[in-house]
Amino acid sequence: MELIESPLQDLKKEVSTGTTIIAVQYQDGVIIGADSRTSSGSYAVNRVTDKLTPVHDYIYCLRSGSAADTQIIASYVSYYLNMFSIEEGCLPTVKKAAHMFREFCYQNKQYLLASIIVAGWDEENGGCVYNVPLGGSIIKQPFAIGGSGSSYLYGYCDIHFKENMTEEEAISFVSKGITEAIARDGSSGGICRIATINKDGVKRRTIYGNELQKFWEK
Amino acid sequence: MSGIGTGYDLYPTTFSPDGRIFQVEYAHKAVENSSTAIGLCCKDGVVFGVEKIILSKMLVEGTNRRVFSVGEHIGIATAGLTADGRRIVQNARQEAKNYENFTSDIIPIHVLTERLSIYVQVFTLYNYIRPFGCSLMIGSYDEEKGPSLYCIEPDSVALGFYGCAIGKGKQEAKTEISKLKLSEMTCKDAVKEIAKILIKTVHDETKEKEMELEMSWVCKETKGKHKLVPKKLIEEAVEWVKGQENEED
Repeated sequence: MELIESPLQDLKKEVSTGTTIIAVQYQDGVIIGADSRTSSGSYAVNRVTDKLTPVHDYIYCLRSGSAADTQIIASYVSYYLNMFSIEEGCLPTVKKAAHMFREFCYQNKQYLLASIIVAGWDEENGGCVYNVPLGGSIIKQPFAIGGSGSSYLYGYCDIHFKENMTEEEAISFVSKGITEAIARDGSSGGICRIATINKDGVKRRTIYGNELQKFWEK
Repeated sequence: MSGIGTGYDLYPTTFSPDGRIFQVEYAHKAVENSSTAIGLCCKDGVVFGVEKIILSKMLVEGTNRRVFSVGEHIGIATAGLTADGRRIVQNARQEAKNYENFTSDIIPIHVLTERLSIYVQVFTLYNYIRPFGCSLMIGSYDEEKGPSLYCIEPDSVALGFYGCAIGKGKQEAKTEISKLKLSEMTCKDAVKEIAKILIKTVHDETKEKEMELEMSWVCKETKGKHKLVPKKLIEEAVEWVKGQENEED
């Protein structure tokens, strides 16, 4: 098989989830959304990536940064969360999951490039969103955005976010955000994956490229 | 004592022909040589009481502690070799702190008990380390789940109790405890009842020297934190016990 020079250079670069990820609290739980592009330089290694990673029944994490680093951290946290919930005989809280992510990210910060959003539902607190950015800090927020595409969404989110949205409003908020980021950010693209997490469990859906809303385009 | 387990009792790594591990049973004997400790699970908390024999008038009051705090919300009372008890408590404190650092939640008591149980069991497996010669009572109080009391013996069996006694006078103490209505008792009443059992039933004034009462509790009143029972309450309890004696005479 013939390989042209430039893609080969790309393949030597680290695989990263140059990404857009959003998580938002709504009245019954959380809505999480992400794009689906994993890039290695300018080569899209995977154009249908699933960045919505479950770590427990009602808790998901959204991964951005190095694909390898975030995958392994998510699997460690998932392992410990499962062990703890069996030992304790009850479902873990989102706070517990988020703090575990923080421990891994902070204690190994020299080796890792991982920026993770932890979102889910638990009985005590309802829907919760925690942001665990690069340095390994942890902050609870009503909504969180991350990844390279998030730079283009700060204005959009500040203007359009409302507390206690309904499910449709929240899904619209998230999907429009992802769409806009995909349009503007080169490292984000593909389809928009969305999941709703509430007391009834997790409901996933996909919005394909051609179904994404078109905003101002000449 | 020779003849009981001759030949099969040298190491914890040997079973006897009738399926016993004698070293672990001898560890139980070490616990039975020590003075009594009682734990009661009341409706609003857990109270511990330990009968401490005063070995010398030169000893400072409150020294030679037999009850310990693990985290802020769990209390442990020991009977048997106190040094062994302190080692297990050290391990418990480490476990509790690591759990809290990792998950940001305080360790649930049944998780801590499980882990200590596993820790104690390890020492019954090898011939170069001896089993712990102490029993522990572990207690905690939670707003939602209510009070919990567990007891770990040297063979690492951990059982949940409503009321428990370990040490020399455990049989008599357990008989007295079974007469109490624990689900209706408050912690303040339990302080009095424990004082009564330790002073009157368990402590033999003719045989042993003076005793000191060490009591601690984790209850609604202390907001779920493990603390020593205030000295005033203990003194009142002792007065009450003396009053009871006079009535019966």
